[in-house]
Amino acid sequence: MKKDRRDFLKVAGLAAIAGIGAPSAFNMLLKGEATASEQAAAAAGHGEAAAAPAGKRWGMVIDVKKFVENPDLPVKCVEACHSIHNVPNFGNPKDEIKWIWADKFEAVFPDESHYKKNEALHGMPIMALCNHCDKPPCVRACPTKATYKMKDGVIAMDYHRCIGCRFCMAACPYGARSFNWRDPRGKDENGNPFIKAVNPKFPTRMRGVVEKCNFCVERLNVGLMPACVEATGTTGAMVFGDLNDPNSEVSKVLRANFTIQRKPSLGTYPSLFYII
Amino acid sequence: MYGKGRIIPALLIFLGLMTFPLWYNAGFAHQAPKPEKPAPEYRECVRPTQEMRTSHMVMLNEWRDDILREGGARKGVTANGTAYERSLQNGCMHCHSSKKKFCDTCHTYTAVKPYCWDCHLEPKEAM
Repeated sequence: MKKDRRDFLKVAGLAAIAGIGAPSAFNMLLKGEATASEQAAAAAGHGEAAAAPAGKRWGMVIDVKKFVENPDLPVKCVEACHSIHNVPNFGNPKDEIKWIWADKFEAVFPDESHYKKNEALHGMPIMALCNHCDKPPCVRACPTKATYKMKDGVIAMDYHRCIGCRFCMAACPYGARSFNWRDPRGKDENGNPFIKAVNPKFPTRMRGVVEKCNFCVERLNVGLMPACVEATGTTGAMVFGDLNDPNSEVSKVLRANFTIQRKPSLGTYPSLFYII
Repeated sequence: MYGKGRIIPALLIFLGLMTFPLWYNAGFAHQAPKPEKPAPEYRECVRPTQEMRTSHMVMLNEWRDDILREGGARKGVTANGTAYERSLQNGCMHCHSSKKKFCDTCHTYTAVKPYCWDCHLEPKEAM
């Protein structure tokens, strides 16, 4: 067999390229396969909840009946939260900024869509706020790490880092995030400021950032309850505490009652529970 | 030298124009800014004055990242035992109660425009 130098170099070159390229190609393909098989393993126990993460995790139980009994409670909660956190009111539903709000049952729980629902549920006001998910889609979507999950389960935001891309708003399945289309420090046509009475202890936001409920981390840090929970007073309409502490009030309420969550099928594992 | 009759005067004019800001401002000693000191009952800042002058912004960022992301403490204590709040709005501005007389004096002098006050509220000035 005759082999001149030119042919030898050609073969050697091709072999070198294949040798360098093959491992990375294999790695890429095998990794994809591994992820798929891991997902299959996770899905194997259908209906079984994944193990809850350990450590402190703040959570809340909302007793819907108590809000029906006290019809002025939803407004009181919203007012307490929004005044403490300098949430602006732009007076236009399209620009609305909301950290906590009351919505109709069928809007908050679109999964509960069967025909033979209890008539009383129709249009019942349900308090909604950020669910502080254990697997938060907004955090995955944020390109700047402006929103993140803290060790105690609170999904917090660093407004310094927010670039206003609104990916998190698209990612959040609960509509818990609002965008500042206008300057919150501004005034409307009649000269009324958007923030009626500014709380000097808390910052405002600026135009072009997304904002949301922060589970009152600034209050938890100094040993206070969240503003909305405090506003419900002794009615027990909202119970707040450490979900992973079996002796906390919230754990006791959760053990004693059947609770539902918003859109559980999405696998976000919210920290909010509702007693209907 | 070829054409020195034009080159040397031209060079001198050029140099004169280049150094215009130097000799024009000579004699006017510009005053360094004097930020207002807090009321006398506050004796100590959270760090030594020189460190605060050069790197207060770094410290503010550290506070922010520690408190917002790591859930760090909101209160701090200096080496001499003075307790303070690790916060621009509720800490620094508690003693340095005038943004205009404290922050702005140096920031205007050095032509920096920090964006702190886009969100954080300055203390209400006595009008």
